[in-house]
Amino acid sequence: MNTIIKNLLISAFVLAFVALPAFSAGGSILIKNGTILTVTKGVMVKGDILVINGVIKQIGENIPVPEGIKVIDASGKYVIPGIIDSHTHIALAGTNEGSEAITPEADVGEVVNADDVSILTALSGGVTMVHTMHGSANPIGGPNVVLKMKWGKPSEDLIVHEALRTLKFALGENVKQSSRTITVGGPPPRYPQTRMGTNAIIRREMLKARAYLEEWDRFNKLKASKTPPKNLIPPRKDLRMEVLSDLLRGKIVARCHDYQATEALEFLGLAKEFGFKVQALEHAWEAYKIADELAAAKVGISVFADSWAYKMEAAEGIAYDAGYCAKKGVLVSINSDSGERIRRLFNEASKSMKYGGLTENEALSLITINPAIQLGVEKIVGSLEVGKQGDIAVFNEHPMSAYTRCEMTIIEGDVYFDRGQYLKDREEAVKKAQVPKKGGRP
Amino acid sequence: MTKRMFLFCVILGLTVGWISSQAKPAKVIAIKGAKIIPVVGDDIEGGTVLIRDGKIEAVGKDVAIPSGAEIVDAKGLCAYPGMIDGYSFLGLQEISGVPATVDNRETGRINPQVRAIEALRYDSMHIPIARSNGITAALVAPTGGLISGQSTLIKLDGWTNREMVIKSQAAMQIEFPGIRGGRGGFGGRGGAVAADATRLIAELKELFKNARYYQQRKEFAAKNLTAAYPEFQETLEFILPVVRGEMPVMISVHADKDIKAAIQFVKDESLKAVFFGVEQGWKVADELKKSNIPVIISSLYDMPPVWDDGYDSLFRNPGVLNKAGVKIAFSSVSASVAKDLPYHAAKAAAFGLDKKEALKAVTIYPAEIFGVDKIMGSLEKGKVANIVLADGDILETRTNVKKVYIDGQETDMSNRYLELLEKFKKRG
Repeated sequence: MNTIIKNLLISAFVLAFVALPAFSAGGSILIKNGTILTVTKGVMVKGDILVINGVIKQIGENIPVPEGIKVIDASGKYVIPGIIDSHTHIALAGTNEGSEAITPEADVGEVVNADDVSILTALSGGVTMVHTMHGSANPIGGPNVVLKMKWGKPSEDLIVHEALRTLKFALGENVKQSSRTITVGGPPPRYPQTRMGTNAIIRREMLKARAYLEEWDRFNKLKASKTPPKNLIPPRKDLRMEVLSDLLRGKIVARCHDYQATEALEFLGLAKEFGFKVQALEHAWEAYKIADELAAAKVGISVFADSWAYKMEAAEGIAYDAGYCAKKGVLVSINSDSGERIRRLFNEASKSMKYGGLTENEALSLITINPAIQLGVEKIVGSLEVGKQGDIAVFNEHPMSAYTRCEMTIIEGDVYFDRGQYLKDREEAVKKAQVPKKGGRP
Repeated sequence: MTKRMFLFCVILGLTVGWISSQAKPAKVIAIKGAKIIPVVGDDIEGGTVLIRDGKIEAVGKDVAIPSGAEIVDAKGLCAYPGMIDGYSFLGLQEISGVPATVDNRETGRINPQVRAIEALRYDSMHIPIARSNGITAALVAPTGGLISGQSTLIKLDGWTNREMVIKSQAAMQIEFPGIRGGRGGFGGRGGAVAADATRLIAELKELFKNARYYQQRKEFAAKNLTAAYPEFQETLEFILPVVRGEMPVMISVHADKDIKAAIQFVKDESLKAVFFGVEQGWKVADELKKSNIPVIISSLYDMPPVWDDGYDSLFRNPGVLNKAGVKIAFSSVSASVAKDLPYHAAKAAAFGLDKKEALKAVTIYPAEIFGVDKIMGSLEKGKVANIVLADGDILETRTNVKKVYIDGQETDMSNRYLELLEKFKKRG
């Protein structure tokens, strides 16, 4: 392709995504005459949403247009809350610290990469927020981070501080390195190589963390006493144990990658043994086998719709998992775990209607309010309600239809993706490229 | 022939005839009251499809139903022809990450001798899942290397691999490099790994030339008994049907300049060809149209091959090709998501492909591309009765498929999903 066209197309594409003022404390926008799927407060067939300074001010019919505000005509279109991906690995400069089995100090929040084009991919599929996670190489990985897809902003502006602090755990084939070929002269196998060892190593670390906490508690007690010993030396600070102590104190919650029912139940057992909170199980392909236990323990799941049978432990991952568990009272979200699937989460969620019999709204919940609850941000996002942040996606057809397409993605009142603009820019770029150069051939 | 032998033959013949007539009594099924979407021709509200002995005898509003026919009340349902997957690993790939269950990729680069049909796992757990979503036939292809082997066209029903055959050796699979190293998936994005098929085309031309020469030498030796007989060469032997024009080639080709080069290659070698993949086809749509080479669109569950193609380039590609007059069909590729074939078509429809054309691209177009449109791909008199009854638009995710007929036989709707679901539902 002609370099000019190429360059123009690149700039056109980026322009379409970044229609932002340089500085913005949250935008203001009025979306008019769309079918509003609030998720939590029903459907409004022809309604308006007014966002002022990043926050939803009003949802209703015929909202008067405030002066100077950007107005979007959503006639015939569907307006939904911004989609939330409960489990992905995008926008990170590193995912897995797999050299050791226990790495709770390796925090992905410190390596956020705001220049990852996966953010644009996410936006093009209506995604406004992601839980981007440490990988699954280790029984105890590291802390994860929740980001808004504010393309063009510096990394620190993407981080959602209101979200729960989460720590990645992992079980099963990845952790026991099932796909790794042991070569002569290569690195020796890493402990653990079995599911027994995986549980044992997590228990070991929890016992260590408990002892660490006790040691510090003892020190603090002595220090606070009326007559502290003269040469009182504090215990050694351990970054790994600091994170695990926070888990034991309830300041961090666990998100655990698992596939099989047994390992899931045993992990819940560990959580009970040590009194930490499991917010959700990731992938959880056999959750349908233990749906009652999960519902009773109030443990959510974050799963694929139907991507299965890619490894042994995914061989019984049936497409009914999400729908069946949701009906059993488990808090379910559909995640992408991928920089590609992230742009069709709405398609994936709709499969739970066919496999599991969920309603349109229940299916839509799997990628909006449910992941918001899992991330502890349901008070600010996940549905269209007055007072929540103006994170909104506009679709040309019902988002649970296979024929649908994301038209616009808005975060806190600012437009980050606009398909109409993208098409205009593309057309413009092609037109410009077709103008013959002086003296040259067209 | 002695009188005795003659008598024996007559009795044998009668017996065989009797047995087969006992095994398959003339069976007439009337599917009544459905909205019929024949794909070719207009939709028929409240129509009837009449099946006799596995074939469609009549389709229409006022079809006389013979007495004794099995009546299927399909009121409220839509009747579609079974869908055809243009490229799949069904039956060759069970659990993709477990090599013991994977048979679609032979070692080495040049493997014209390997045949997908000979490894086809007829009872793959993925087949009933795809079938119960309305897919009744698939092209199953080997992959990898430059010449991957021979694909097979199967129907998704049968008790053995051979019972599933529509065309046992459908095409020779040739693969040109992708535009980037890896495809899609885990954080996959378009790094611009240059694709260049020129060297590979030169290699293929050399092979084809040698195959023709090998053929000539064999012919010469057959006529001249004293001439040296050419040494047996496995690779050339199995390329022969291709250079003779008896077996089509399916070429996996992705980048625009490779597509152009492949068109020229097909022309130079006078091959019968189908292209697969063709992610940058939209850039060379007119050339493709002129070449008359049909295109199997690869799975749309992927990223644009290079970022500056635009985020939606894979999604709009089918529509652009279709508008340019290129014959297209969809494919699902991975066995574990073969059931998703219709959703690829719907996705393309969301980005500019006409909805009716999208449906054709999973039914009649693949049938035409594989040369089986006389027997399948639409609901028309005389075709085999591959019929899907669904409670709505078959390309919609939420639509439930209720019944699937292959060769006029109602197929088993149970599958691995349902087996496991039912098993664990028993927990209460």
